[in-house]
Amino acid sequence: MVKGYAKNPVGAHYGTGDWLLQRLTAVVMAGYTVFAFLALILHRPPNYAAWKSVFSEMWFQVGTMLFVASLLYHAWVGMRDIIMDYVKPTSMRLAAEFAVAFVLLFYLVWTAGILWGR
Amino acid sequence: MSAAPKTRPKYYDLNLAHLPPPGLVSIFHRVSGALLFFPALPVALYILHVTLGSQEGYDRWAAFFSRPAVKLIVILAAWGYAHHFFAGIRYLLLDLHIGIAKAPARSSAVIVLVLGFLAALAIAWCIW
Repeated sequence: MVKGYAKNPVGAHYGTGDWLLQRLTAVVMAGYTVFAFLALILHRPPNYAAWKSVFSEMWFQVGTMLFVASLLYHAWVGMRDIIMDYVKPTSMRLAAEFAVAFVLLFYLVWTAGILWGR
Repeated sequence: MSAAPKTRPKYYDLNLAHLPPPGLVSIFHRVSGALLFFPALPVALYILHVTLGSQEGYDRWAAFFSRPAVKLIVILAAWGYAHHFFAGIRYLLLDLHIGIAKAPARSSAVIVLVLGFLAALAIAWCIW
């Protein structure tokens, strides 16, 4: 018998963490979807000034930012799943994953710019 | 002792029409997710950027959205989003072992397909 073998036999749980976070971010996005949909249906911003004032509300800005941040992680896990399923050569897979990660980070910064950069 | 395992026959029926409802929900969840990542997400951010950026940008897109072809694209995008949304809620429930048996999983898949379609119809009714 080997005693004191400390290594976790089922790995580092990176997969479980991603799996769980994909679901938590889904819940955040689902909540925002219902809330933003109701807000836009109720207000129906009829012109530029109204449209702009919706997005100058602090709670709407923070909610939208939280949504996009959740989306970033959610889409990362989802796109990585798809890439791992269909793109077999390691170099191409890494290139595709890098492109997805880069683009998602770009979207995050862009969203902050749209919400607060004006 | 058995030697190398015998090669087993492989048969993947990839015809969508032959898939059971949970399979349809699954593949549409994947396809809609990929399409939401690209092109829907960058296009949505671009529209937000332009319409919030200036009165001219807002007017330009307001005029653009009044075209029937553009409305059709909006409805298709809404369908993809709605399907991903409802299918995702079904997966969350399945993860919690709610409706995990074959019969309820099958009927919830049908419900997801119908709700996605109805949501697209509702959006179509709103914007047309």
